[in-house]
Amino acid sequence: MKNFEPVIVAFCCHYCAYTAADMAGSQRLPYPANVKIVRVPCSGKVDALHIVKAFEKGADGVYVAGCLEGDCHFKSGNTKAARRVEYVRKYMEEIGIEPERLEMVYLSAGMGYRFAEVATTITEKIRELGPSPIKSATAGQTGQVAC
Amino acid sequence: MITAERKPLEELIEYVKPYKRILLLGCNECVTVCAAGGRKEVGLLASGLQMALLKSGISIDIRQHTLERQCDPEYVEEIVSMIAGVDAVVSMACGCGVQQLAMRYKDKPIFPAVNTKFMGASERQGVWAERCQGCGNCLLGETGGICPIARCAKQLMNGPCGGSAGGHCEISEDVDCAWQLIWDRLKALGKEESFVEITPAKDWRSGGGSGPRKIIREDLAE
Repeated sequence: MKNFEPVIVAFCCHYCAYTAADMAGSQRLPYPANVKIVRVPCSGKVDALHIVKAFEKGADGVYVAGCLEGDCHFKSGNTKAARRVEYVRKYMEEIGIEPERLEMVYLSAGMGYRFAEVATTITEKIRELGPSPIKSATAGQTGQVAC
Repeated sequence: MITAERKPLEELIEYVKPYKRILLLGCNECVTVCAAGGRKEVGLLASGLQMALLKSGISIDIRQHTLERQCDPEYVEEIVSMIAGVDAVVSMACGCGVQQLAMRYKDKPIFPAVNTKFMGASERQGVWAERCQGCGNCLLGETGGICPIARCAKQLMNGPCGGSAGGHCEISEDVDCAWQLIWDRLKALGKEESFVEITPAKDWRSGGGSGPRKIIREDLAE
């Protein structure tokens, strides 16, 4: 789809990815405006319900960004988040949404460059996948064009 | 607690697709603890169902509510007005809750959203294991607090069978031999003599062998 601009929700841990996003800004590193950041106190705070709701409300892609392995401020929030992401990916298959639209990524607070890179890569991947089937179905019902 | 697991979305869609408005009803008791049918799971299922139905071009108004308990008539009574506004109810409670709803709201289709599994205990976060089969005549006092009825695949009453090897049951390496556990525990308690006592054949009438069971407490019953 030519003019498709995906909506991507990024749940970012306050102690790593959110700070990395801040650093990307300070370093003047560009990343797509498609990524909407939701700051969370730990990636382990992100519940399956938050992710599923994001898709229901029209997100084309979602990613959870937590600390590097072993670096979680709360010891194991990032590994718990990863297991939850895996669980939701299976649920997405049941619903009929491509599980590739959801990802878990790991960053440290100093990785501004990596943050911009992840945001760009995921945006491009979702752009290739096209609009979420939920968004298309909703648009079909309301007579709007999915974008 | 009573444990349960959500039914596949596909099966639930078949239940609800003929209706325009449904109530997805959770329960705050056992199914909340085993993460199958509490408030959070109601939200997850409502969202998942809504999206899956949308994909099939079906639009249904899914209302959500969670009761303190679905197996008590007092709580089931609370939702009279909600029930009146929907075409069908999908209950996320165990089979007891579903039947309580069906008994109270006779003209409303009630569907189960979970498969009720067993009476179990939590082994660790996210893992539940069967511990009791409600045989109605508890013998845990003689077996070191480990139940051979719920935990022995053959429900043997007098020691292990020949399939017990290295502490495991022959059905799976992941299943402990209940009689090995019983022996280890009796030994640790210095009660080995309990092991050699012969337990007579069990009377299964108390365990459902003579039909559905009921408890009547004269001092409480009205």
